[in-house]
Amino acid sequence: MKFLKQFGTYILLIKGMFAKPENAKVYWKEFMHQCSDIGIGSLGIVTIISIFMGAVSAVQTSYQLTSPLLSKTVIAQIVRDTVILEFAPTLVCIVLAGVVGSKIASELGNMRVSEQIDALEIMGINTKTYLVLPKIIAALITIPLLIIIAMVLGIWGGRLAGSMAGILSTDTYDRGLQENFMPYNVTFALIKAYTFAFIISSVPAYFGYYVKGGSLEIGRSSTKAVVVSCILILLADYVLAAILL
Amino acid sequence: MIEFKDLVKSFGDKTVLNGVSHVMETGKTNLIIGTSGSGKTVLQKCLVGLLEPDSGQIFYDGKDFTHMEPEERKLLRQQIGMLFQGSALFDSLTVQENVMFPLNMFTKDNFTKKLKRVNEVLERVNLVGSNKKFPAEISGGMKKRVGIARAIVLNPKYLFCDEPNSGLDPLTSMVIDQLISELTKEYKITTVINTHDMNSVMEIGENILYMVNGKAEWTGTSEDIIFSKNKQLNEFIFASQFLQDAKNMRMMQATGEISESDLPDNGALPEK
Repeated sequence: MKFLKQFGTYILLIKGMFAKPENAKVYWKEFMHQCSDIGIGSLGIVTIISIFMGAVSAVQTSYQLTSPLLSKTVIAQIVRDTVILEFAPTLVCIVLAGVVGSKIASELGNMRVSEQIDALEIMGINTKTYLVLPKIIAALITIPLLIIIAMVLGIWGGRLAGSMAGILSTDTYDRGLQENFMPYNVTFALIKAYTFAFIISSVPAYFGYYVKGGSLEIGRSSTKAVVVSCILILLADYVLAAILL
Repeated sequence: MIEFKDLVKSFGDKTVLNGVSHVMETGKTNLIIGTSGSGKTVLQKCLVGLLEPDSGQIFYDGKDFTHMEPEERKLLRQQIGMLFQGSALFDSLTVQENVMFPLNMFTKDNFTKKLKRVNEVLERVNLVGSNKKFPAEISGGMKKRVGIARAIVLNPKYLFCDEPNSGLDPLTSMVIDQLISELTKEYKITTVINTHDMNSVMEIGENILYMVNGKAEWTGTSEDIIFSKNKQLNEFIFASQFLQDAKNMRMMQATGEISESDLPDNGALPEK
């Protein structure tokens, strides 16, 4: 029963976002601010994770492929496909659920507790449109871009690790990347990226927007937002794989 | 003028507002007073539309607020200014940006014109030169004044203040009270103040609503309070011996038993 009520409130929050902005210029400014916060703010962690996941993927694949019958280019193919299909969209989004999700939940929670949301309501501003919509649109634009960057850096990380560890040469790696490449994998990864971006932004926004109590509750709702987002990302990951692959 | 009739609001089994009615007058400082849990905050939240009453009606200058369309309500809200207990300033914005926020949102004026208006209201609340400071860098009293500046920047017809003196020293409280009172007269605003502060009640209370258990127990002015026979009101307002003495002194002054010159320098009551 509580779940149904929470789900209903979440749907109403999403529905309530779609209203005419009071002043497009102010909303645009807020949207750009969110793009900078979510996109540029997460670029550092995404870069580090992507390079290392590609590198580890290359080293571990080579460790498992012991058969002399298999070409070394297979390592590049496996790194490429695992990074594009799973590591870049899912792993990066789980990290972003922690980084971006907790920030959104705590920011809105703090605004709720300190009556800043009430102050906006009193001014006649639709707070769902002003506070939640720019965050979701910014996430829908910047997170897929971050995922594309993660794919490129992940594959490059595999190339770097492969050559540095003497597993395979950069030429062999580059040749492997071009073998049996399926462009649909990138489309699938982007579908996942958009789905996860919506989860990462809307679920924490719900938990932050409706927080009740004081600073302790802000922390709790922030943790809950991250946990629920991660579970939903994994669930959506499975559902999308089952439907689209 | 804000009029509300038979407002009822419950949370689960608990009825917080139990058929409260009153008229808040234009150009006056209207006070809602009462003990904790008497329903003052819920009443104020119902009046501004942050909570929906279960039944009853609210009229803003004759317009039924309770049955207004969302768009109409939104337009009315642009005529409402509110000072929150914790000031509710936007942490990431400077004083200037906080005060300019409603202007950015609801006017098409250029930056120079908006800045001029911001400086006008900041001057009015004695905050000249604080434009570039962030809320974290200013004192509680200054935050309240920034809150007032933000609330009046769009020339509202109605001003709501939730515990404007909470957390402030007596002197700063008096400054805030005087400021609100002056602004009310200057701009002919309908001001509604929710307070616990007895100084405010006695100094600026022109139309007081005393609430007990979600009901209007007593209404009157600060002068009426002195002569009120309402036991609950007297116990609430004049809770300490000091306040009781102050009341007696005021009564004696009002009835001509003592004059200002009879009072000793230390302000104590003369011996009978």
